[in-house]
Amino acid sequence: MTEALSLSGVNALYGDSHVLHEVSFSLSAGRVLALLGRNGAGKTTCMNAIIGFLPPRDGRISLFGEPIARLSPEAISRRGIGLVPQGRRIFPTLTVRENLVVARQLRPGTARPWTLERVSELFPRLQERQQQPAGSLSGGEQQMLAIGRALMGNPRVLLMDEPSEGLAPRIVAEVGQTIARLKKEGLSIVLVEQNIKLAFGLADDVVMLNTGRVAFSGGVDALRNDEATLTQHLGVF
Amino acid sequence: MQFWIIQTLNSLALGGLLFLLSAGFSLIFGLMRIANLTHGALFMLGAYVGVTILRVVPDLWLAALLGGLLVAAFGGLLERFILRALAGNALGQVLVTLGVAFIIADFCLIVWGGDPIPVPTPEYLRRPLIVAGVAFPTYRLVVIGIAIVTAIVLHLLMERTRLGAMIRAGVDDMQMARAVGIPVSRLFTIVFCLGSALAGAGGIIGGPILSAYPGLDFEMLPLALIIVILGGVGSLVGAFVGSFIIGFIYTFGSALLPDLAYVILFLPMIFVIAFRPRGLFGRLGT
Ligand SMILES: Nc1ncnc2c1ncn2[C@@H]1O[C@H](COP(=O)(O)OP(=O)(O)OP(=O)(O)O)[C@@H](O)[C@H]1O
Ligand SMILES: [Mg+2]
Repeated sequence: MTEALSLSGVNALYGDSHVLHEVSFSLSAGRVLALLGRNGAGKTTCMNAIIGFLPPRDGRISLFGEPIARLSPEAISRRGIGLVPQGRRIFPTLTVRENLVVARQLRPGTARPWTLERVSELFPRLQERQQQPAGSLSGGEQQMLAIGRALMGNPRVLLMDEPSEGLAPRIVAEVGQTIARLKKEGLSIVLVEQNIKLAFGLADDVVMLNTGRVAFSGGVDALRNDEATLTQHLGVF
Repeated sequence: MQFWIIQTLNSLALGGLLFLLSAGFSLIFGLMRIANLTHGALFMLGAYVGVTILRVVPDLWLAALLGGLLVAAFGGLLERFILRALAGNALGQVLVTLGVAFIIADFCLIVWGGDPIPVPTPEYLRRPLIVAGVAFPTYRLVVIGIAIVTAIVLHLLMERTRLGAMIRAGVDDMQMARAVGIPVSRLFTIVFCLGSALAGAGGIIGGPILSAYPGLDFEMLPLALIIVILGGVGSLVGAFVGSFIIGFIYTFGSALLPDLAYVILFLPMIFVIAFRPRGLFGRLGT
C-alpha cells in the first residue's frame, strides 16, 4: 500500500515546552486514520507540525515519499495537504464564495478536481449563502465551509481536526456522511476526533496519543472492543 | 465666504493627498502587522524624485507615474531584502523602517539640499475655475478627483478581485491563509510596492501644494498614523474617511487655532483609542 503521509520520530516544541515526543505513524493512500487522545494530548500539535505551523525540531514528515518537514505552510499546502483546522478558522470578513475562491488550487493529474460547482453541490447550503460574510454563518455551516475550502485546494491528504466539535447531533451526522463520501472518492484522511463513535465509524486505522507520545497504533477493529486500552488513553467507556 | 470655500477646498485637497499616503500605510499595517515608519519618507522621496524628473520630462503626471514606479521599486527591495529577513520580529521591522526613514532623509538632504524646492503647477491648471463669481483653485480640484478615482480603483481591486480577497484573507488570519496555499510573502511584496507607489506618487502630486522640503517626511508620517488609527487598521474606507477628517482638522486647526494645531489633531485619536480601539471602520484590534 502506498504511504500517503508518514511521520517518523517527530519532536515538536512550543518554546521550551516539549509537546510531541518521537511521534511516528503513517497513513496509507485512500484510507482514514483516526488520531485520538484526551484534551491536551497533542493532536492539534501534530496537525500544526504537518502543515508547517510548528516545524518539528527533528524527525521526518513525508507526503507520498517527498519530505515536507522544513517547508512553509503555503509550500506544504501546494504540495497537496489540506487542513480543516480545529475551530474552523474560516475567513470571517470574506464572503462564503471568496473563502472558497482564495483557496483554489489546480493540481495536474487530479481525476475529478474540486471546483466551486462541485463544492456547492456537496454543500447546497453554502450555495444559498454565497454572498454572505462567512462570519455570519452558523457553526455547522462554518464547518462545511472549512471543509469546502480545504477541498478547493484539491488536496492529496486531508487533515481534519475535530470537525464535529460543538455541532448539533444532526449536523455531526451530516459531517460524518461528508467524510464517508470523501473517503469513497479515494481521499486519504487524518481525522482527529473526540467523538469516538464518529471516528470508529469512519476510520480504518487508529493512532492514540497520550501526553505527546504514540500510545497505540493499529487497525480499528482490534481496538473497537478493547475497553482497557480505550479507558487508559481516552478515559471513555 | 471666499475664506471658507478656499479652506474647505484646501482641506479636501490635503485629505486627498493624505489618502494617497495612508491607503498603503493602512494596507501594509493590516496585512503585515507593522507600522511602516518609512512611509512619510517615501512620500518625501517621491516629491524630490519628482522634482528631478520634472527637470527632464516637464509633465507632472508622467513624473508622478515614473516617480511612483521608482519609489515602488525601492519599497519592494526594502521589503524583500530587509523586512523579510526579520519576519516574525515586528519590533525589529518597525525599528528598521524608522532607520531607513532617517537614511532617506539624510540622502535627500545631501542630494537636494536644505532649501524648499517648489514644484510648479501645470500651466493649464493655474487659472482658477470661476463658478458663480467664486474662484476655485483648479489644481486642488484635480487632486481631489485623483484621490477619489484612486480610492475607487483600490476598492475594486480589494473587493472584486481574487488578489484583493487573498489580501483580506491574510488580514483576517495570516496563518490560515498560508495553510490554504495563499502565497502570503508574495502578497507582502505586492502590497508594499503598491503602498510605496501611492506614497511616492502622492509626494509628487502634492508638490505644487506642499513643495519638497526637509522635514516633509516627519510631518506626513504622524498624520498617516492618526488616520489609520482613526479609520481602522487595514480598512480602505477607514483610510478614506480618516484622511478627509484629518484634512479638515489640520487645515482649519492651523487657520483658526494655530497654537493648538497638534492638540486638535491628536485629541480625536486619543478618544478613538480609548473608546473604539478598532477605529471607525477597523476589523483588527491593534
Ligand atoms: N501555542 C502553544 N504554546 C504553548 N503550549 C501549547 C500551545 N498550544 C498547545 N500547547 C500545549 O501543548 C499540549 C498539546 O496541545 P494540543 O492543542 O496539541 O492538544 P489536543 O490534543 O489538540 O487537545 P484538544 O483535544 O483539547 O484540542 C497541551 O499541553 C497544550 O497546553
Ligand atoms: Mg486540538
